[in-house]
Amino acid sequence: MERSHSFDRRRVRLPLGFGDVSPLQAAGLVAVIALFAFFPLIDRNAGHISAVADAGYFLLLVFGLNIVVGFAGLLDLGYAAFFAIGAYTYAMVASTQFNLHFNFWPMLFMSACVAALFGLILGAPTLRLRGDYLAIVTLGFGEIVPQVFLNLDKYTGGPNGISNVDQPVFFGYHFGFNPIPYYYLYVVVILIAIVLLNNLKRSRLGRAWMAIREDELAATHMGVNPVTTKLLAFAMGASFAGLAGCIYAAKLTLISPDEFNFSVSVTILSAIVLGGMGSLLGAFIGGLLLALLNFMVLPQITNWTHALGAALHNDAIQNADLHYIIYGLILVLVMLFRPEGLISNASRRAELHHAQPAESAAAAGTE
Amino acid sequence: MYALIALGYTMVYGIVELINFAHGDVYTLGTFLCIAILAAIGVAEGGHVIGGWQGALIALLVIALAALLCGVIGVLIERLAYRRLRNAPRLAPLITAIGVSFLLQGIMRNWKGPSEISFPQFLPNPTFAFNGVHVDARELLVVAVSVAMMIVLQLFIYNTKIGKAMRATAQDRDAAALMGINVNSTIAWTFFIGSALAGVAGFISGMYFGTTMFTNGYQAGLKAFTAAVLGGIGNIAGAMLGGFLIGIVEAFTSGYISDQWTNVVVFSILVLILVFRPAGLLGEQLPEKV
Repeated sequence: MERSHSFDRRRVRLPLGFGDVSPLQAAGLVAVIALFAFFPLIDRNAGHISAVADAGYFLLLVFGLNIVVGFAGLLDLGYAAFFAIGAYTYAMVASTQFNLHFNFWPMLFMSACVAALFGLILGAPTLRLRGDYLAIVTLGFGEIVPQVFLNLDKYTGGPNGISNVDQPVFFGYHFGFNPIPYYYLYVVVILIAIVLLNNLKRSRLGRAWMAIREDELAATHMGVNPVTTKLLAFAMGASFAGLAGCIYAAKLTLISPDEFNFSVSVTILSAIVLGGMGSLLGAFIGGLLLALLNFMVLPQITNWTHALGAALHNDAIQNADLHYIIYGLILVLVMLFRPEGLISNASRRAELHHAQPAESAAAAGTE
Repeated sequence: MYALIALGYTMVYGIVELINFAHGDVYTLGTFLCIAILAAIGVAEGGHVIGGWQGALIALLVIALAALLCGVIGVLIERLAYRRLRNAPRLAPLITAIGVSFLLQGIMRNWKGPSEISFPQFLPNPTFAFNGVHVDARELLVVAVSVAMMIVLQLFIYNTKIGKAMRATAQDRDAAALMGINVNSTIAWTFFIGSALAGVAGFISGMYFGTTMFTNGYQAGLKAFTAAVLGGIGNIAGAMLGGFLIGIVEAFTSGYISDQWTNVVVFSILVLILVFRPAGLLGEQLPEKV
């Protein structure tokens, strides 16, 4: 666990405030960026590109919730509500619903703002609550929002949702149904988000969030205003979801209330905890893994069992759906063997293991 | 109905401070198990009504078996998925709970298929009239069983040795361990009783609604948890009160406003109550620990 950073001279300084890394890590980073940049050229399967692009909105959601849960330590179980608000904001003003056709690019920004506004509205009365009670209120909010969209059928199309959502046009280039431009849009937005979050984390506000997460009382006495700090966490987290919702609606061109239910919130949350709470790299890896698992690997396994059952003329195998069984098992096993998440920073590990000396012996075996 | 499930939630939360997301699925599993047991003893859908003491005997037998099986499953879940994480950060067991919930749903889906399945209605269902208000036996059964369970639970927790150990563990686990209480077995008992109650609720809901589906537990669990929080989580009478309140609010909303808005109203009330009375209706206001 003891690794000295300051005395190692062979280090590469990264731009944009990412600090120093060893040459090997820098090479790895370049390779990863290159992989994402050229992925559509390597794998020409449109379905795969689309699945990886869908991982993009999921990653944005994971980043946003990571601000609320990971940085500020506020457990939000209804995060999908903000995703829904972002998606509906764009879909309502850029579809045949009201025959409004606002441009995609300013609406990208507006969706984020609207979601942030709802973050403030939800946050203001509820932030006095602590821990699990906050979780329940956010859970309630997450149930209310899709229901409202479902029931206001005059404005939102009710259970059918809104179809024919406008697709983006970039200087005369129509995105259409081709997944590649959406893929690159996500890559660009996510890169910006990573730079932004990395700097935000070490800013005054970021440090205030972490102070609140560790000990709210102590942080307050050190001059951190808990109300504005928490509200900003909620608003900023929500704005990421608004952004993700806007691109999601534009890519799918069709949204309906049941795409924003509790299981979405829970999947995002599990990505954060799997990756390692509060860590950007952890959020990235956890989000990417869960997204690929859910969008590519598990549907593929279902196809295989289906084909196997068809070949064997066995109805039981053909109709088996292992998706949830495997997904549930993975969540349980990862948490059992790495309760601190896949990527965890040294201080958090130390905190976990010093607080419970009895546990550290057991946990040490898993590292 | 929500009251019965809420009882199990509140017990587990009161003692290990864990939102047991898998609880709702254990409840649905209870309904599934009841159907399987009934099928095994030859009571199938569309069969004739079995009245009198035979029907009552079968019902009791099925309830007891389902409660036992669900209890054992609850203990297994605790042993495999939660015990190792007891001292881990609070979110880790929450995620395993969600994982177990997905797992149970997946198992149920593969067991009985993705569509609704029906529950054999083998008990007679006479209707009684009180001053012109018609109540059928099933509705009375739900209320009677819930209240009976609450009373038994209250007696159990305040009058038995295990109950005392549970209360001690809830207050301070380390101190309880120092006093010679076996914390592991106490928590296992809590899960056993909570899950057994879910099994009972599974039977009752099967009788009452007549159908079930592998995803039912998720919505019911959410509402039951809301009920537990509404009444003050960790408080048995509170869970009952919360459960009945939520049921009543639901009934009135669908009666007077519209069926579609019930969830919105239920959760809005929840949000309002928590904002003004964060500890729930019957919960104690605990001073904050520094």
